[in-house]
Amino acid sequence: MNILVCISHVPDTTSKINFNNNDTEFIKEGLQFIIGPNDEFGLTKALFLKEKNGGTITVINVGGPETEPTLRKALAIGADAAVRIDAPATDGFFVAQQIAGYAKDNNFDLVICGTESIDYNGGQVPGMVAELLGIPFVQTCIGFEVEGSEATVVREIDGGKETLKGSLPMVIAGKKGLVEEKDLRIPNMRGIMMARQKSLTVHPAVEADAGFETEKYERPAEKGACTMIDADNVDELVRLLHEEAKVI
Amino acid sequence: MSVLVYAESWEGKFKKATFEAVSYAKRIADVDGGDTIAVVFGDVSDDASSLGNYGASKVVHVSNVSTFSNDVFASALAEIASNENCDTLILSNTNNGGSTAPLLAIKAKASLVTNALALPTSTQPLTVKRKSFSSKGFAIYKSNGARNIITIIPNAIGVQEFGGSATIEDFSAANTASTLTSVSIDTAKGKIPLPEAELVVSAGRGMKAPEHWNLIEELAETLDAGTACSKPVSDMGWRPHSEHVGQTGIAINPQLYIAIGISGAIQHLAGVNASKNIVVINKDPEAPFFKAADYGIVGDAFEVVPKLTAALKAYKANH
Repeated sequence: MNILVCISHVPDTTSKINFNNNDTEFIKEGLQFIIGPNDEFGLTKALFLKEKNGGTITVINVGGPETEPTLRKALAIGADAAVRIDAPATDGFFVAQQIAGYAKDNNFDLVICGTESIDYNGGQVPGMVAELLGIPFVQTCIGFEVEGSEATVVREIDGGKETLKGSLPMVIAGKKGLVEEKDLRIPNMRGIMMARQKSLTVHPAVEADAGFETEKYERPAEKGACTMIDADNVDELVRLLHEEAKVI
Repeated sequence: MSVLVYAESWEGKFKKATFEAVSYAKRIADVDGGDTIAVVFGDVSDDASSLGNYGASKVVHVSNVSTFSNDVFASALAEIASNENCDTLILSNTNNGGSTAPLLAIKAKASLVTNALALPTSTQPLTVKRKSFSSKGFAIYKSNGARNIITIIPNAIGVQEFGGSATIEDFSAANTASTLTSVSIDTAKGKIPLPEAELVVSAGRGMKAPEHWNLIEELAETLDAGTACSKPVSDMGWRPHSEHVGQTGIAINPQLYIAIGISGAIQHLAGVNASKNIVVINKDPEAPFFKAADYGIVGDAFEVVPKLTAALKAYKANH
């Protein structure tokens, strides 16, 4: 089973987000970048599937050379090969066209993405890749099992889950639940050494448009001071929720 | 220019997010004096013409498709958008809406902006504020195209009533065969889906063990609120993943978020800081969550929560 895992290169979840140049630029300096948490669940799932069914795992990222350490980390965790499409990831549509362009020529049985990246929260690349390739798509995927070319897939729905069946190839957009947090693998020394020998190829971007551009960023408004209420006076909280916040 | 909106229903009823999406579509359509066309799929026990109250001028009822599938729904929406000459398409960013929108963008050759938080500030070019960096920031997106799809975050914009009425037109979708087959659906009965909940009671490791969650559930029941939890709590298996709110869980923006025994790590705040009012109950006065809160109580959850539940019950009995 040949699997393509899409890897986003995102600021660590603890990062403070700041903007520059009249709020038109996101400041990357001083931030640590990681494999997108949703993508990491997907990569781990790919390792499980490979251990059971054989095959290869290719990881792909659309970005500049600065994303290579993140791809190397995915190799150290256990991917077999990495591909970087050499272009700034301008928007979801642009990125989806790059990934679909690569996938089309390389016969994957399964494309795994994260449901959304934690930086731009677009959530549009996986579905667009599926549609561009003309294959089934499952968003917010929290379960995937395969028997030959028939897959049983579980997705989150509002207030519950739905189980679906379909044929490979397909695109799934995973999140926690696809594998558990405890299943995630930390690269060990052997993995890191082996990753240096694995192939990381750089491909030029295909010509593509972006759907949107970012005009400006904004920071959330600062919270005012917190009104402290005595633990023995919860009636005061009830009063404030009714009279001031007007939520009850 | 007319605006098309996907009017999502669940078990025959429209969702609150649907009324919000329809009224959002209407407010955009009004900018250029266009029509608001709502698309309803399958059997809906709610009166489809009631969408007129939220701004729909016409309801297109897709009668030959009933159960949700992202590809079939996307095809039908693209087909109707083209028939009706709609250049702006609105979906709510629910699980179904979010799953359909990217397929629709390709099929309808439209630019897609997801997670919008406000009305567009301009319709030509379409410019709209959206969530970014998991709510640690926002981005103003400007479209490069003439045809656009916007998905909106449920609860972020609000429902508006216009008191109008809508005509209903039946429509048969050309493509009714999905590439996926639904085998089963499993929902927690009587529970409010978290992204839709107006009030949310959430708890963390400060509750010490899963068997203490009856305190949280009783408070939530009293308020008619949804229940949520922090990441460690879901990772330890105390509560299901579907309750995990935060940067890597579900992002919510209710009217009221009550956080009990949650310290307020930046990853947790990212998923909840869009809540309109935040109450923090924590025994540690130094908990960082107090800095992001509107109301705070320093105290032991095991004492404060039952008292708060009792006080709310007394309040409810009198109102």
